[in-house]
Amino acid sequence: MSKILVVAEHRDGVLRQVTYEAIQAATLSSAENDQLHVAVIGHQLESLTESLSRIDAEKVYLTDHPDLQQYNPEAYATALKQVIDASNPDGIIFGHTAIGRDLAPIISAKIDAGQISDVTNIENVDDQVVFTRPIYAGKAFEKKVFQSSPWVVTIRPNNISAADPSDGKAEVENIEYAKPASLRTVIQDVVRNTSGKVDLSEAKIVVSGGRGVKSADGFKPLQELADLLGGAVGASRGACDADYCDYSLQIGQTGKVVTPEVYIACGISGAIQHVAGMSQSKIIVAINKDPEAPIFKIADYGIVGDLFEVVPLLTEEFKKVLG
Amino acid sequence: MDIYVVMKQTFDTEEKIIIEDGKVSEDGVQYVINPYDEYAVEEAIQKRDERGGSVHVISVGPDRTSEALRTALAMGADEAVLISDERIGSDENTISKVLASYLGSQKFDLILGGYFSVDNGAGQVAIRLAQLLDIPHVGSITKLDISEDKAKADRDAEGDLEQVEVTLPAVFTAQQGLNEPRYPSLPGIMKAKRKPLKQLTLDDLDIEETELSPKTARTALSLPPQKEAGQILKGETADQVKELVEKLRHDEKVL
Repeated sequence: MSKILVVAEHRDGVLRQVTYEAIQAATLSSAENDQLHVAVIGHQLESLTESLSRIDAEKVYLTDHPDLQQYNPEAYATALKQVIDASNPDGIIFGHTAIGRDLAPIISAKIDAGQISDVTNIENVDDQVVFTRPIYAGKAFEKKVFQSSPWVVTIRPNNISAADPSDGKAEVENIEYAKPASLRTVIQDVVRNTSGKVDLSEAKIVVSGGRGVKSADGFKPLQELADLLGGAVGASRGACDADYCDYSLQIGQTGKVVTPEVYIACGISGAIQHVAGMSQSKIIVAINKDPEAPIFKIADYGIVGDLFEVVPLLTEEFKKVLG
Repeated sequence: MDIYVVMKQTFDTEEKIIIEDGKVSEDGVQYVINPYDEYAVEEAIQKRDERGGSVHVISVGPDRTSEALRTALAMGADEAVLISDERIGSDENTISKVLASYLGSQKFDLILGGYFSVDNGAGQVAIRLAQLLDIPHVGSITKLDISEDKAKADRDAEGDLEQVEVTLPAVFTAQQGLNEPRYPSLPGIMKAKRKPLKQLTLDDLDIEETELSPKTARTALSLPPQKEAGQILKGETADQVKELVEKLRHDEKVL
């Protein structure tokens, strides 16, 4: 029997979707009698009671301390190492998120584990757990296995179907946070991105703009459409380089790789680097004035036209049908 | 101040990926400094120009990696180190241990690297290195200010901005927006030819081969499934929009 530890993430008093995906990933990576453990780290975790009561795991470890209010790599690594010592897992699963990407390699080095990052699929082949991940930003895919344990995995949000929250019967254990002797890292401030209400890497709908949006203001109709559909706004490198938007929105080989259900590319020509970052989206819609734009070659649906005419019409039409 | 930049040579981002005999074909491929590492090199040069000291660029990779290191020297780095040895695999655990073994014997105030590599994309090596050297790190930074023995950095966390202060020495990984990397100038390229480029093997490092057994292995490699050519809608724009919404909702059932 082995044990797999899922490192939960939460925001605004609820567990993030990626945590349920990580729980599903744990199930896919384990055999029948294996145990699922979940680590929850933060401050004022009582607000998570509802979410936690629905985790179906053998054990939930809680570490609640004021120093853990914000993500701090040293403090979080210390807290998580304490949970690992208590849980003694064979495998550890993180979301490939701002926290997971940062924390997983520290933990891997701390416990001398192999790590497979940014996993999009997990399958069992001949009694071996095989992890699939994109390389070259999705221009190719590799399958990897571990040759030692413990092991560490980060999973890309939106790719592994989420476990259904159920009526949890997890035993909850509080782990007291033992402060490191000296913290060399201090988080002075966190400025929440208030413009993007939905996180780009987890969004089911992405409305993306390229050079064709012409200015920072040009993103407004895109944002309106994204807001209406509960999605997020992204951009091509061209739009970022031209200063129409922040680099944090960039999708492509340098930048974020997204796999939403619907990707609406507005005024994006479709350079190979951009396509690498979005081509695995389920449905791709392209809106571009240039009928020769390469983006149309990979789009499921194309509209040849001016985005400033098409996008507002699209918003109006969705308003009508979604009522 | 002594600044080290850990860098990697990667395929140019415009390259198509071709798989031959179960491997990514390297025939006729253009190589570049990993774009994120380029920000790291630029930041290192700027910090040295402000505060004095020297910039060392270091890489683990095949012989051709020396071209990327020469480019960094032409940008303005002072010295390059290439650790090249067929006994070193590509596992992130192994690479970070090799780097830690070399850097553990050097004096440094800052270590910079890219946020991740655009080829392998795992984003592990620099952070593992920080842990192995037992120094703090700030990942994915878009701004870096150095004072005496401290650094303040802005970190991009999924669009949120975290302002972090760390004591030096520390590792920082560069995110887009940190700076605008310079192109090597002609005099820079000429000068780079005379700058030291040290080439080392495992025998020059204090590390046992047994520590380097890979912890992960690749079992297969494939190209993504080809996307079928889609449909360009026709007619009046308003009708196209109607048709699109209809298709997304009823045919694709995605909205």
